[in-house]
This record gives sequence, structure tokens and C-alpha cells, in this order.
Amino acid sequence: MKQLSMLLILIVFTFSTAIAQDSENNLKKLPTVSIKNLSGQTINTAELNNDGKPMIVSFWALWCKPCINELTTIADVYDEWTAETGVKLVAVSIDDARSSAKVGPTISAKGWDYEVLLDVNGDFKRAMNVNMIPHTFLLNGKGEIVWQHTSFSEGSELELIEMVRKLNAGQSIN
Amino acid sequence: MRKLYTVLCILVLISAGSVQAQDLLQGKISGNFQLDAQVYKADSAIGAEEVSERMLMNAFANVLYTQGNFNAGMRFESYINPILGYDKRYKGTGVPYWFASWEKESFGITVGHFYEQFGSGMTLRSYEERNLGYDNAIKGARIVFKPYQGIVLKGLIGTQRFFWEQGPGIVRGLDGEFALNDIFRNTSENMPRLTLGGSFVSKYEPDADILVNGNEILILPENVAALSGRFNLNHKGFMLDGEYAYKYNDPSAVNNFIYKAGVSTLLQASYSQKGFGIILSGKVTDNMSFKSKRTEKGSVLDINYLPALTRQHAYTLSAMYPYATQPNGEFALQGQVNYKFKKGTVLGGKYGTDLAVNFSRVTSIDRDSLDSTTPLGKSGTLGYKTNYFAMGDELYFQDFNVEIQHKFNNNFKALVSWVNLIYNIKVIEAHDEPDVKANIFIADATYKFSSKNALKAELQHLSTKQDEGNWAQAMFEFTFAPRWFMTFIDQYNYGNDDKDRRFHYPTVAVGYTQDSNRLSVSYGKQREGIICVGGVCRTVPASNGLLITLTSSF
Repeated sequence: MKQLSMLLILIVFTFSTAIAQDSENNLKKLPTVSIKNLSGQTINTAELNNDGKPMIVSFWALWCKPCINELTTIADVYDEWTAETGVKLVAVSIDDARSSAKVGPTISAKGWDYEVLLDVNGDFKRAMNVNMIPHTFLLNGKGEIVWQHTSFSEGSELELIEMVRKLNAGQSIN
Repeated sequence: MRKLYTVLCILVLISAGSVQAQDLLQGKISGNFQLDAQVYKADSAIGAEEVSERMLMNAFANVLYTQGNFNAGMRFESYINPILGYDKRYKGTGVPYWFASWEKESFGITVGHFYEQFGSGMTLRSYEERNLGYDNAIKGARIVFKPYQGIVLKGLIGTQRFFWEQGPGIVRGLDGEFALNDIFRNTSENMPRLTLGGSFVSKYEPDADILVNGNEILILPENVAALSGRFNLNHKGFMLDGEYAYKYNDPSAVNNFIYKAGVSTLLQASYSQKGFGIILSGKVTDNMSFKSKRTEKGSVLDINYLPALTRQHAYTLSAMYPYATQPNGEFALQGQVNYKFKKGTVLGGKYGTDLAVNFSRVTSIDRDSLDSTTPLGKSGTLGYKTNYFAMGDELYFQDFNVEIQHKFNNNFKALVSWVNLIYNIKVIEAHDEPDVKANIFIADATYKFSSKNALKAELQHLSTKQDEGNWAQAMFEFTFAPRWFMTFIDQYNYGNDDKDRRFHYPTVAVGYTQDSNRLSVSYGKQREGIICVGGVCRTVPASNGLLITLTSSF
């Protein structure tokens, strides 16, 4: 019981700090994790950026139907989104050694224009506190995480693009 | 452990409370948590056992602290008691994972618990899959050293997680990866990209008295080493990837205490271009189970990772008979072609049509007994001889599947799929029954009746003359983006030879999502079966009742 109460205190403190930090605008940025892209090059995730414009980071996997659904739905309107807002989407696959080699051929056939990264051992997923996928993050021009969302249903992408437009207009999110 | 909690508490309290200290204000705290609670009703008809606690619960919470080059974190886990399908040894509450790390461009050190993978995992992979109860985290220290652009060297040492304790073996590993294009500074796109790597992993487990064949005491190796070499070649859409691993003699409960060395070879080749992708893979595995406890047979204390080279199906009935890697030996081949019929063509229609064809086949490896007097796989001997690149006679698994996806208009899209399976239930599940030959048909359609409201209907059918016979499944899911969903599912085993076992497994689920917080409640019957997530499977027993899942990230 002592352990339990001590840890509960810990969690309460971290929660209150998290809330306090948000109100001070001390927003989290992308952590430093080394993962590879489809060409076999190692990328430092902290260096992902979109030249001062908003960026979407979405965690997915080949075996996750709602994830493929989300990324396909956005792919259908991606050209319009990019032309209007300059937003970029980075799709991080958490497929492990069992299916990571299939990511390249599968998404090339689908014609996705996203930057795709392979997080084969879940290091980036863990550093971003992702539990269930799909999990999508929205970053502002300064690389700060301003919004995140899990699960996908038809029409959710409309909420996402609305927020991108708000960021471009200099408005704050919620 | 007490002291540790105190230290970590103080660390977090300081960072939370201290407004004066400028440096610490830069630190950021984040985390996540998940809670799964299941209330059970005994149902002897479907085999749902009586659960004396009535309610079982799994929960975990991660907290991560980041400040500049310093990171620290911990995970609190609670299984009071573990839900059915999770190993009962997880029962309890505590902090089985904590770490502190410091990283600069060329050097990084982590102490505490960590996850790591060398190459494709053939010699070492420690990872977590929380929804399956899989966790072989290493507790110790890891150093990452990047002496020069394109060179990454890693060294680690530790023991592995064994529920609330550590396994008996000590794992040591070294890995080097060399991205030649970065080393020789030729990163032009016209140059093929070549990366080479190699690893050395060694485990130490103290000697023990193990008797085989009635009265023979085995002379056991206390140190067992595994080596591997790998390469990855990438050039304008072509990819070629290979890895070879060799493990020295490692008599264990999994291989029946034989002294044969273990070998594994993986080779993959693919070509990708807009609208088309093809990949071919081959993997031969012989005696490659590598655990940090000789006598362990379960899904714990694995040092390496041997993935199945088969497609992970995303629909319940096509995933009913999933293949599980046979670490003692298998010969696997897989091929997949992805193609998009372009917009405007007859088969493409207005938006294009996606086609995926996948085939995989796994057989035993070709084994011969050592001599005329020693039976195949006899404990205490070398076990057997292999004709390495030859396929054995026994078929373990075969899967041919085709999937077609098409969007008809802005409101309607559909997917149809056909899967033809041969599943060696005797080898994969240890049920002495004939191979299951099944054909599965799936039709999945989504209709949007407004910009944010949709109905998804999924019809699945599995036909087989073996095991439990034919199954049919229907699912209807209403989604009200972005917050709500409501699902109705029924699985019906109408084709069971035993008329009294033709059960329905109905379930109703409702869920609410707000940003990164999600709550789902489902009620109904669940079939005894296998849940697979990302390649690792766990069996779930039959159950009847209420399941609540709450997840959040901050």
C-alpha cells in the first residue's frame, strides 16, 4: 500500500506539472531518436521539420486497418492540403522486422507522397508516449506539439485540417 | 527499491515544484496510461471459465522526463489480477521499468531498463508489446558510440525481465553498423546506398544439473555466443537486404538439449515505384531459439527475435489460424505484389483501384539423423544433420491471398479479399489433427451518410471441413467523427459438426475519443482464440462479460 500511495502521489504531481507546463506554454518538441527512412538512411527525429510550417506526425502499421484508412483518406486530399497550407505529413511505421520490408513496396503502390520512417523497435513510439495506433500529432511551425489524437473515423481528417488552418492563421488550438 | 523510489520522487518533485531554478523549468514531462478491466460471467457452453475475482484488471502508466540531453522515465504496472490470456505470473503491482539516459551527438549512455534491436533481431531484440503481455526488457547499461559519421557502435550488458524478477542469465552484446556512403561522404542519389553491420551477443548462465535420457548429466556451456553479419543495399527503388546469424551450442528445453549450432539466413529483395511494388523474401532457420534461461519454454526471456515470414491478417476470420515461428527449424518463402490500377482506366475507375497479392509458404527443414543408431533430436547429442538450403517434407503453413480496394465515390468505398490457407495444426498448436484447409472471403464496405458520420459493414466467411467447420461473421460499425463509435459484431460457428456447439458470439461496443484519450466499453461473448499484434500472438480463452479499456497520452 505504501508503494501504491507513493506512486499515486508521483502520478498526481506529474499530472499537475503537465497541466502547469501547458499553461506556461512549455510545449514538448520531437525527441531525439535515431530511426531509418525507406532509403536506409538514419534520421534524427528531433531534426524533422517543415521550414516553419505546420507538420503532422502519424504513427501507423501495415496491420492496422484504421491507420491505413486514415492515411489513405488524407492521401486523397494531400495535394490540396499542401497547396493550401504547406503542411507536411510524416508517416512513422511501427512495423517490426516481420513486415517492415513490405512498407516501401506497399506504400509506393498506393502512391502516398508522405515522408515515411521505419520505427522497427518502437523507440520513437515510446519516446512519444504512443499507446494505441493510429496516433497522430500536430506540430506548429516552431516544432512544438500542439495537438494529438488517437483512433480514426471517417471525417476526422476534417478536424485535423481545420487545426492546420488555425495554426497558419496564427490562432491557438483549443 | 525503496531508495530508488525516493530518489525518483525527489527528482520529479524538484522539477515540478521548483520555479526558481531556471534550468529545470526547461524540462518537460509527458506520459501515457492504459487500463483494461474485464468483468467475467461463467459460460460453460463456450468454455468460459468461472473467475473467482469476478473482475480482472491490467493497468500501466508511463512517465517521461526530458531536459536537453538528459532523459529519465519509469513505468508503473498493475495486474490486480491479470486479465485472462495474460500469464498469471504478472500478478502484482510495481515499477518494473525505469531508466536514465544522457545523449550527445557522438555518445549516449542509458542505465536501468531499455529496449534494443541489432539488425533484424536475429541475435538480439528486446522489445515490449503491452497488449500481449510481452516484455523482455534488459536491465543494465547500454552505450552508443558514434566515433565518425556513418559509424554506430553499441555495447550493452544486463539481465532480462522475468515478470517481477530478472532472469538468471546475463546478456552481453556488441553491435557495429557502417553506412558506407556516409563514411566515404558520397551521398549522391546516383550512388547505391550500402550499409553493413555485425553483432556479437553472448549469454552467461551458471551451470546446472540437468539429466537427460534417464541418467546422463549434461556438461552445459555456461557462455553461449551468437554472431551475425548483415547488409542493406538501396538504389532508386531497388532494395536488397540480408542477414546471417550463427549461434554456438546451446542445449535448452526448446531444442531438447542438443548440442547442434544454430543458423539463420534471411534474404529480401524488393522493387518499388509509383503504382507498383514487389517483394520476395526467404528465410531458413535452424535451431535459433536463444533464451537467457535454459529450461524456459514459454514466451519469456527470449534474447533474439524470429519473425514469421507470413502476412499478418487484419480481419478476425482470416486471422483465425495465424502462423507461429518454429524456432527449431523452418524454411519460409514469401512474395507480395502491390499494384494500383490508375485513375481513369477501366479497372481504376475515378479514384484508382488497389490490388495486393501475397503468397507465403513455410515448411520444415531437411533433417537427417546423425547415424543409424541415434534417433533424430536425441538429447545430449548433436541432434541431427541438416542439408541447409533444402526444404523439408512437412508443410507447416501456406497462405495465398488477394485483396482489392476501390473507392466508388466520396461516400462509398469497399474492399474484398480472398484467403486460401493450409494450417498444420499439429505442429503449430500441438493438436493432433489433420491440416486445416480453409477458404476465407471478406467484404468490407464503408458508406458515409454525411461528412462526419459513417457506417461500416463487414461480412466474413470461413469455410473448412476441419477443426470447428464453417464460420460466418457480420460487423456493423457506426462512427460519428471524431468522438463516437458504436459496433455490433456476431461470430457464428454454423458449420460445426457438433450441432450443440454451433455457438453465436455476439458483442456490442461503444467508444468515446477526445484527442488522445479514449474509452471503450464492450459487452458480449468472445471466442477462445489467438490475438496477434505486430507478429506476436497470445491465446485468449473464451470469455463472456464486460470489457472496459481506457487509454490516454499527455
